[in-house]
Formats: sequence, structure tokens, C-alpha cells
Amino acid sequence: MPLANAMGRLLRGAIRSDVYHSFRASKTTVIAGIVTALIFAASFAAPLIALQNPYDPASLNLSDAMKPPVFFGGEWAFPLGTDDQGRDMYSTILYGTRLSLIVGFASVLLAMAIGISFGLVAGYFGGAADVQLTFPAFLVALTLDGVVRGMVAAKILDIDHNDIAVPVIVISLGLAFWPQYARTVRGVVLIERSKDYVNAARIIGVSPWRIMLRHILPNAMSPVLVIATINLAVAIITEATLSFLGVGLPKTEPSLGALIQIGNDYLSSGDLWITVSPGIMLAVLVLAVNLLGDWMRDALNPKLR
Amino acid sequence: MALLEVRDLKVEIPTRRGTLTILDGVSFDIAQGEVLGLVGESGAGKSISGLAIIGLLEPPARIARGTVTLEGRRIDNLPREELRKVRGARIGTIFQDPLTSLNPLYTIGRQLVETIQTHTTLTNRQAETRAADLLKSVGIPAAESRLNAYPHEFSGGMRQRVVISLALCAEPVLVIADEPTTALDVSIQAQIIALMKRLCREHSTAVLLITHDMGVIAETADRVAVMYAGRIAEIGPVAALVNRSKHPYSAGLMGSIPTIERRLERLPQIPGSMPRPGAVPAGCAFAPRCTFTRDLCRAERPELIETFETRCACFQYDPRWQAAHV
Amino acid sequence: MLTVALVSFVLFNYVGDPINGMVGQDTSLQDREKLREQLGLNDFIGVRFARFVGNAVQGNFGLSYRTAEPVLRMIMERLPATLELSLVAALFAVLVGVPMGVYSGLYPKRALSRVMQAVSLIGISLPTFLIGIILILTFAVLPNTCRSGLSIGGVVVIDCSLLAWLALPAFGRGDVVDLGGWRTGFLTASGLKAVILPAVTLGLFQLTLIMRIVRAEMLEVMRTDYIKFARARGIRSRNINFGHALKNTLVPVITITGLQVGQIIAFAIITETVFSWPGVGQLFVQSVSAADMPVMAAYLSFIGLLFVVINLLVDLFYYGVDPRLRAAQAAGKTV
Repeated sequence: MPLANAMGRLLRGAIRSDVYHSFRASKTTVIAGIVTALIFAASFAAPLIALQNPYDPASLNLSDAMKPPVFFGGEWAFPLGTDDQGRDMYSTILYGTRLSLIVGFASVLLAMAIGISFGLVAGYFGGAADVQLTFPAFLVALTLDGVVRGMVAAKILDIDHNDIAVPVIVISLGLAFWPQYARTVRGVVLIERSKDYVNAARIIGVSPWRIMLRHILPNAMSPVLVIATINLAVAIITEATLSFLGVGLPKTEPSLGALIQIGNDYLSSGDLWITVSPGIMLAVLVLAVNLLGDWMRDALNPKLR
Repeated sequence: MALLEVRDLKVEIPTRRGTLTILDGVSFDIAQGEVLGLVGESGAGKSISGLAIIGLLEPPARIARGTVTLEGRRIDNLPREELRKVRGARIGTIFQDPLTSLNPLYTIGRQLVETIQTHTTLTNRQAETRAADLLKSVGIPAAESRLNAYPHEFSGGMRQRVVISLALCAEPVLVIADEPTTALDVSIQAQIIALMKRLCREHSTAVLLITHDMGVIAETADRVAVMYAGRIAEIGPVAALVNRSKHPYSAGLMGSIPTIERRLERLPQIPGSMPRPGAVPAGCAFAPRCTFTRDLCRAERPELIETFETRCACFQYDPRWQAAHV
Repeated sequence: MLTVALVSFVLFNYVGDPINGMVGQDTSLQDREKLREQLGLNDFIGVRFARFVGNAVQGNFGLSYRTAEPVLRMIMERLPATLELSLVAALFAVLVGVPMGVYSGLYPKRALSRVMQAVSLIGISLPTFLIGIILILTFAVLPNTCRSGLSIGGVVVIDCSLLAWLALPAFGRGDVVDLGGWRTGFLTASGLKAVILPAVTLGLFQLTLIMRIVRAEMLEVMRTDYIKFARARGIRSRNINFGHALKNTLVPVITITGLQVGQIIAFAIITETVFSWPGVGQLFVQSVSAADMPVMAAYLSFIGLLFVVINLLVDLFYYGVDPRLRAAQAAGKTV
């Protein structure tokens, strides 16, 4: 498949080149890479290393609620404390991170798919004017969520909102972010389209699709990757924000944002742990992804080579 | 005493893969009012020489060795502020692309007045008058009204005239012109060269004319220095160098200029290419491509040797040549 | 603009049966039909859209599903709060962000610049609500719940009364003064204090962005030929840095910042929720939770309008500042 080939080539070239060298050379980036890898691994291994499954209501015990973490006088059974429903914080953070990551990746892939397709078509076949108004992604996602709620409320969609919460968020985020990809890809296509090798291919009779996928797309992968990393960070933040506001993922299966929101009510009484630990996890995760994105942008920037 | 004396100038760039030597011990003089041409291929170190003289090397490039003396005073080791005063007031500069040399958001009048007032104590009014006079002297019509024009409102040739006026506005004793005509149409080139010649003669300004265009050199320069791989291969009066060059490289260079006077089937070419910094061979830099190479050439680096008309960095003119083997 | 109105309208009508929100559960089917007929909901879609636009232009956005108040009044009541907050946040972002960016662009290798880079990285990594919470913790909860001060190794380093100095309100707007319909918080001490934390929260992201953009632009401008030429002419560093370089840097920066207004509005939603700030953002979140379509539609229409206006202003600004655009325009006219 041409896309896989292109990415494979890119990866091989990257490892052999200055890019890899600059990765190794920058300590912060290496640390960021390790941290990210650790978080990924931990969250996907959640069922194995967590102490309970916080999404299974049957495993929760209300009498365990509101226990502080170990170093503030709690017990080792709940090392980071519990929330108001008796969920173990450590496990919930792991599961929550996994959820955040899944939503983040899925929405980025969706946005990439839509955006690249649109961008290729718009650039190659022309037409489709500039997407002038850049509605902030967050607003788009929020609105879409509201629309779905409305549809649920009016019984147009006769399902429980909670069941479809995850796909709704993923689709909302995907729809919010695709324009960036489209614009970038379209720009690249416009530039490459007038180059000689494309004209040559056209004259020989190569089909437009083939030209776009095999020849032009690889050139666009570099900026697309950069956008994708930044996008991932923003998607994670946006999902967390939506959940915090109560319009994202439901509280019964909390993600990091929802956890923070749960803890928000207890801040003024000094019970900080429900908010602080997921907060730290969220911050570290996004920071690491951003650092990687920064490094990638510098490393793949042809002007700086 | 020469106006400008460059002695053994060495410019290096430290990189991840080692230190690259861009200029390797370059020496030359420029006398008062003289036009010295500096020629060579791209990458030979011509522009770097000019930048090094006025201290505008972009870090991490730096002067590793050597001295630059202007009017008897060393300028390469001056503190930043002192060197700044030298630039513009004593040494003017003209760069290659007039479009990018001018700030697009400032009127040319503003850029002229700013330069004038940096180096003199004229009032705004006086500076403006001076600016208008300068524009007139470089041949820009309706000078007063053009002071309020922006760079993009001028054509390429006009812009370069503006740049020339900026370089000369503080009455420097030396002008470094780095490829002043390369970005211009051929028809305009002649005009600009003529303008430069006239102005510099009028003000007895010396010129370091950096270019790869031999035609311009032949017409304009008094003396010429040929650069190769960061070193000077040959230096001497223009007629001697153009017609009777001693160094195999300069001879090849001059021979490859198409002229009406010769009939040729093919343009003579020197086989191979100039070594990049960091890949310069030990001994003479030109040895791998030269037809006269002997073991002496590969062993030692030649210094500039006095020959009849020019100074030439070639062992053919060294007493040891006879004894050397191929 | 029309697109936004269309979208809002679609929301309004197709998603969420307005009747359901307006009448109780027990109303009979026939009564509902009568109401529908009365409100013209059975008319052709084009007519309804035209009516919507017509109403909207006159300021009639209908009644909220949730509170049955006129939507326009709800929005107008809360608009000053949001606008004041956004203004302070924007000022904060620009007045601190631009100098920081200029400094780290001119002297990128200095220690302070690297610190700024690090801070900016943290600034864009922390979600707005998290920043808000951190600020609340530091400036409201900590000082107020302090019992024995901060101690290191048993020695009290900062006691509670010192922390009390830091205390800033984290809830609401403080006292407001009614200036004929516009309720401002700027004229009271408590109002001014109340706006600090939310404005910093809202502005921090912007500040980071501005700082990064200014820095990147400065770095690029300093490498241009005209700066090189200015140096070669012996122009003083001060004039180069703050004259030539700064002017060329600010033009694209201001354009980008102007277009970021949308972000400020969007993040105001979050900030208002965290700080219980009574603005239109908080209203929007509440209406999304309750699927209150009219409010959502009206809010989006307003935002759309704001976008169009801002874009226009930015275009005008760009036109006024860059002489090349003016020339192109003039050339276009004479041709």
C-alpha cells in the first residue's frame, strides 16, 4: 500500500539521518520519548497492572470512598486514594489515561483521513475555496456534542447517550481538526502539481489517484506528521476539557478530565488528591507529546538542515 | 601604506563533524582609490572575505587568525561598538539582491536619512536634502518625491542605485561590492557598473569588487585576485592577469571566457571541480586537477610567489621546481 | 456569516423538538399540534429560515428551552462580563507576551530566554481548566485553608498571614457598577480583584502563543538581507532591533493574534465555568448540557458575527500597514 511504503521509507530515512542524531542529542527529547512510551505502555497494560477495574460498578464499594493517598494517612490498598464513588485512584488514572489516549489517537486518525482526502482532491482537482473561518476546534466539538444531546433528548436518537459518548467525542474532535490537514495537504499538492515529474506522469497516462498517492502524498507526510503530533496533544486536552465541563465522556467511566472535575468539588475542603494526581498525569502526558512534537518539527524542517 | 591590508586571514566554522576552514590564510592589499576585483567560483570564499573584513560573519563562523587593517588601524579586533562606527562611515557595502537588501516597510527616504544621521550630526532637514542629492547623483529622477517611495515601487536597476546611494551616503573610503550586478538584467548591468566607476572615481573611493563575472572585472578593476578553495591563487594587474595569467587555474578561468575574438569548437573546461571546505587536499588545493602537478605540489602548500607581472601561488615559479619529480 | 446562521437554524429546528421544551409532559397531542401550527413550525423550511433570519436581525432569538426567558436578553445580560474578561486577558497576553517574545528572539541563547521557552512549553501543555484550578489552589484555597503555614523540616517558613496576602477571589465577579445597561466590574476594587485570576487563566494560553510566534518571527527577521544590510551600514543595534526588526515582526504577529480571537472566546467558556464567571460562555455550556437549542443557536450566531468583524478588522489593519498591499490595490485600480 503506497501510504505504508511512504511511511516506511520515511522512517528508515529518518533513523539513518541527522533526525535520529538530533533526537539522541537532545536530552529533553529523549526523556520525553521515554516518558511517552512509558505512559502508553502502562495505560494499555491497565487491565494487568491496575488494582481494580473502575469502570465496572460491581467492583466498587461506597464504603471505600474518599480515602486519602498513602502518604497522607491512607492505606496501601489504595495507594493514591479513592474518589467519591470508591474508585481506586491509581487504577482509574490508568484506565482514564487509556481512554484519553484512545480518543486522542482515534480522532487524529479520523481528522487525518478526512483532511488528507479533502486536501488531495481540492489541491489536485481545484475548486473548494479556502476554509476561511477557523472555528476553534473546541467550540466545534462542544457544539456537536450539544447537537447529539439534543437529538437524544428529542428522541430522534433513541439510545442512551452514555453508550455512544466515545464515538461522539471521537467524531466531534475529528470533524473539528480536519481542516488543518486539508489546508496543508492542499498547499503541498498545489506546489507539487506544477512540478515536472507530475506533468511527466500525467503525460504518460498515470491515473490521477496514483499520482496523488504515490508521488505527491509522500511529500506532504512530513508536515502532516508534525501537525498530527500537535493535534494529538490538543485532542487530549480538548477531550479532557469537555469531560471536565461535563459534556464529554460520562462520569461513570471517567477519563482524566472527568476525574479532575469530580475532585473539583472537594478542593475547598482541602481534599486535593482526587484532582491533583490525574492533573499531574494529564500535564505530564501532554507535555511529553508536545516536546516530541517540537523536536519533530525542528528535525523535519528542511530549512534548518 | 595601503588603504586596506588583509594579512593571513583565516575563517573557520566549527560544526558537528569537525571544523571547516572557509578562508585559509588570505592576504591582499587595496590602495587608495583602487578597484580590486575578487573573482572565483561559487564557494571559493569571495563573499566570506568581504563579510570578514567588516565583521559580519554569521556565527558560528569566526575569524580564527589574521589581521585586517584599515588606514593603518586594525579593525578585526575592535569592540563591537567601534566596529559598528567603521561600517558605513569608513567602509560601505553593496550586496547582491537589491530587493531583499531594502526593508520593505520603510520608505527609502527614511532608510537614507537613518543612515546619514547615524554617522553625521545633520538635522532631519539637512539629512533629507542630502538624501535627495544622493538620489540625484545616482541618477534617480524626481529625487525629492521619490524619498517617500517604498522599495517595491522601484525597478531592479533603480533599486540597486538606491542601494549604492545608501552605501556611499556616509562617504566611506572603501566600498565592498558583493556581486552587485548578478541579480540584474544584462542591459542594466552595464549602467550600474558605469555608475559605480564614476562615483568611486569622483570620491576617490576604493572598491573591493567581488564577482564571478570576468567581463565586469576586465572592464572595471585595476587589479584582480583569483580565489580558489579559500586561498588566493594569483593576484596582479588586470591586463596581466586576464591576458597572461601564470597560475594554471586562472589561465583555465580566463580561457573559458567566450569572446568574439576567438573561434572555438568547444569551450575549454577544467576537468573536475573545486574541493568543498573540509575536503581540501594537503599541499596545493588545485593539484588534483592541474596538468603540471609534481610531487612538490602534493607535499607542500604554495605561498604567493613574485613572478614578472603578478604574484602567483604555484610551484612552477619556485626555484625548487626543476628538482621536483612528477 | 450566512453559513453560521444556517447551521444555527438547522440546530434549532431539526435537533430537538421545540415543542417538547416548551410544554409539559402531559399536554395532549392535539394541543401540541395546535401550538405547532401557531408557531408556524409546519411551514416550508425556506420560509422558516427567512423568518429566523428576519427575527434574528431584529434581535428576536426566541425563548430559551431551559428558562423560557428571551434568549437575546439572556445573552445581552452576560455579554459585558465576557467581553471585559476577554479584554483583560488579551491585554495581559499581549503586554507580557510581546516583550517576552522580543527578548527571547533577540537573545535566544541567554538563560532567561531558555527559561521563557520552558515556561511557554508548559503554558501550551496545560489545559486551561487545569491552569484555572492551579491558580485557585494557590491563590484561594491555600491561603484560606491554611492552618499552620508552610513548613520545611519542622520549621515554619511561611505562615498563614503571609499567605493571606496572596488571596484572590476565585468565584464570581465581585461588585459591579451598572452603567446604563452595561454592568462593569472595572470600577470597584473587588471587581478588579475578581477579574485577575480568570483573566490570567484565559490569557496564559494566548500569551504563550504570542511569545512563541513573536520569537519565531524575530529569529527569522534577524536573518534577512535587509537586516544584514542595515548592519553593514553601521546602523545602531537599538535601531535595528526595535525599529527595523520589530516593525517587520509585528505585522504578521498582529494578524495571527487577531485571528486568535476565536480561541479566546472558546476558552472563555472554560474559564467562566471554572471561576463561576457569569458570562455568555458559562451560559453556552449550560445550554449544551440541557440541549437548549435556541440559546446555542443564538450564541453561535453572535460568535459568527464576531468572527466576521474581527477578520474584517484584521484585513483592514494589514492593508494599512503593509505598503505593498496598498500599491497592489492602487495598481489594480489604474489598470
